[in-house]
Amino acid sequence: MKKLNGIRLKHRKNTENSSTVVFPIPQKVRIPMSMTMGAPCQPLVKVGDEVKVGQKIGDSDVPFSAPVHSGVSGKVVALTDYRNAMGAVCKMVEIETDGQQTVSEEVKPPVVTDKESFVKAVRESGACGLGGAGFPTHIKLNPKSNIDTLIINAAECEPYITADYREMMENPQDIINGINMVKSQLGIKWAKLAIEANKPEAIKHFTEMAENDDTIDIITLPSAYPQGAEKVIIYNSTGRIVNEGTLPADAGVIVMNVSTVAFLYRYMQTGMPLVTRRLTIDGNAVGEPKNVSTVIGTSFRELLEFCKTDIDSIKKLIAGGPMMGMSVPDIDMPVVKTSNALLAFNHYDERKTSSCIRCGRCVRVCPLGLMPADIDRAFKIRNIDELKQLKVMLCMNCGSCTYVCPANRKLAETNQLAKALIPRK
Amino acid sequence: MNKLIVSPSPHDENYVKTSNIMLNVIIALLPAWGAAIYFFGMRVIPLTAVCIGSCIFFEYVCRAMMKRSNTVGDMSAVVTGLILAMNLPVTLPYWMAVIGSFVAIVIVKQLFGGLGQNFANPAITARIVLMVSFPAAMTNWIKPLEYDYDAVSSATPLVLAKKGGELPSYLDLFLGKTGGCLGEVCALGLLIGGLYLAARKIISLAAPVSFIGSLFVLSFIAGDDPVYQILAGGVFLGAFFMATDYATTPITTKGKIVFGLGCGIITFVIRRFGSYPEGVSFSILLMNVLTPYIEQLTRTKVLGAKEAEKNEG
Repeated sequence: MKKLNGIRLKHRKNTENSSTVVFPIPQKVRIPMSMTMGAPCQPLVKVGDEVKVGQKIGDSDVPFSAPVHSGVSGKVVALTDYRNAMGAVCKMVEIETDGQQTVSEEVKPPVVTDKESFVKAVRESGACGLGGAGFPTHIKLNPKSNIDTLIINAAECEPYITADYREMMENPQDIINGINMVKSQLGIKWAKLAIEANKPEAIKHFTEMAENDDTIDIITLPSAYPQGAEKVIIYNSTGRIVNEGTLPADAGVIVMNVSTVAFLYRYMQTGMPLVTRRLTIDGNAVGEPKNVSTVIGTSFRELLEFCKTDIDSIKKLIAGGPMMGMSVPDIDMPVVKTSNALLAFNHYDERKTSSCIRCGRCVRVCPLGLMPADIDRAFKIRNIDELKQLKVMLCMNCGSCTYVCPANRKLAETNQLAKALIPRK
Repeated sequence: MNKLIVSPSPHDENYVKTSNIMLNVIIALLPAWGAAIYFFGMRVIPLTAVCIGSCIFFEYVCRAMMKRSNTVGDMSAVVTGLILAMNLPVTLPYWMAVIGSFVAIVIVKQLFGGLGQNFANPAITARIVLMVSFPAAMTNWIKPLEYDYDAVSSATPLVLAKKGGELPSYLDLFLGKTGGCLGEVCALGLLIGGLYLAARKIISLAAPVSFIGSLFVLSFIAGDDPVYQILAGGVFLGAFFMATDYATTPITTKGKIVFGLGCGIITFVIRRFGSYPEGVSFSILLMNVLTPYIEQLTRTKVLGAKEAEKNEG
């Protein structure tokens, strides 16, 4: 089997031994109606409404979406417009909390009798991929093709982030139960829990737990970024290739994030939808890096203050990891379902971009075998045929090419801009 | 509070810069350059200084005249100057070296768009231009260790091999105790430099190995002394420092192997059948010209990409 390219990053998992700290319920939460891939939700509440914990406050008629729930009890004080880091605008429900945390009567374990009711329950949970991409889970768990393998993505290959690792260390049984639940509901034969080699304790622990279960395989992924990328993890754990224009399901696999599968298990037991999440808060501006569990809608500023951050010193704030995370333009933005990390840095030097020297480092590191240097050149002259032949549409924006470029060319960004030139069929 | 800086991902980078790579190439050339001083005397130093100085000068002036950013800081002009000096005989008049630098920097590099855009190796092209313009001065070899710049009798080992004469031993060839250009005599120094660059992952050994390997095999088949063929002349300098030039050789390993094979074959053909005793420079220049085609044919295979579209257009 061919080895895919990858890069060695400094792991900087400073918080790997920091048990999750629960952040107290804030005075106010602001919950955007679009936190996942797919259609944004419409608010189901009005200003002045009382809401309770677990109550659905936003939903959409479009199947490719996930409903939004409140994680607090309190009163809706405003419905505002929210612009996310991608620039898209959606509605946002602002709730002043009453501190009671009264649980809604909607919260009860769902009744699951068959696959259909299972998928429906998954949708009602508001679940999406918690690794960062935010793909609605109920869509993923309702594939049209025949699935024989469930891959649980526990690579967590980005530096700093330890949110999934803490899930593995703190709730391992939920993960195993979740895997078994998804397997039996969807009639999937095998499960593979794929963990990057930089988490030896988790590998050891799960290997012991799954010792007597032939259907769950624990896979050690090499420590080469980006192991957690979907195509990479599928190839490295099953040897299967997801062909251009097809889905992982067409290769007979479903890939789920490890925290998502644990959450789903808990939801089926308690009926409490996705209203909290764990984030790693780190970066050199953060005084006390921590793993924090908080309700969705908490502002980044409060979490940073909670971790003894000198707010004035922050130059760059990243939601997610340093490789694929998004620059946060506003420190008062809220935690969303996909926030797996918040990294605050007190310095950022923008190096000047210089000419491509054609050293080929970008080609050597691309896990998919793309040629970013050539794409860069074709993009410059807007050669769309050439861009198509260079398969730029397959770029997953892992950022490895930009990372290694000695001329500091923004190759990954160029790839995304180049994609926009190619007409969609 | 400061405004937050917003930029596209990734937000992390490694610290290998262009100037850093160039500096490593300079370091890698030093052993062979030091050997040149030992064998050919102190004139090596001013000759090298003239090459490097005029390359920097031309780079600066050319960029300024074209109203482009100053790129002297990337150190590539220093590398070009040093490699050019390595390709010259120690007796070459300084003004000819300046012409060589002009050809390398202005004509080959900057007129084609500067760093990374040149289609041919600047130093190789300059060497060839000087060789056809000033054939006598460019083949003015002195005896090693005698430091007598007026006695211009010594021939290079390849000339000796072609025309007959007393050949230096393998050891002398390997260490560099023979006539030739500054940088090409000491195979040991070049080997150390090449392996250093490979160890720092700055160059890949694909092209050097296929270049030297194919020349060795062809010479062996043709009945020449293969060890002699690879140690004499500019093979090591060309293979490790010019057939590995980023801009003018293919990016993929497959492409690099094709490039090296081509260099080996052309060098062999010129040496064996041509009227020139040496063919390394021409082989690299010819393969430089073929590089865009080699690149087209040796692209990487993208994971999961549809094959059918490959023949479009």
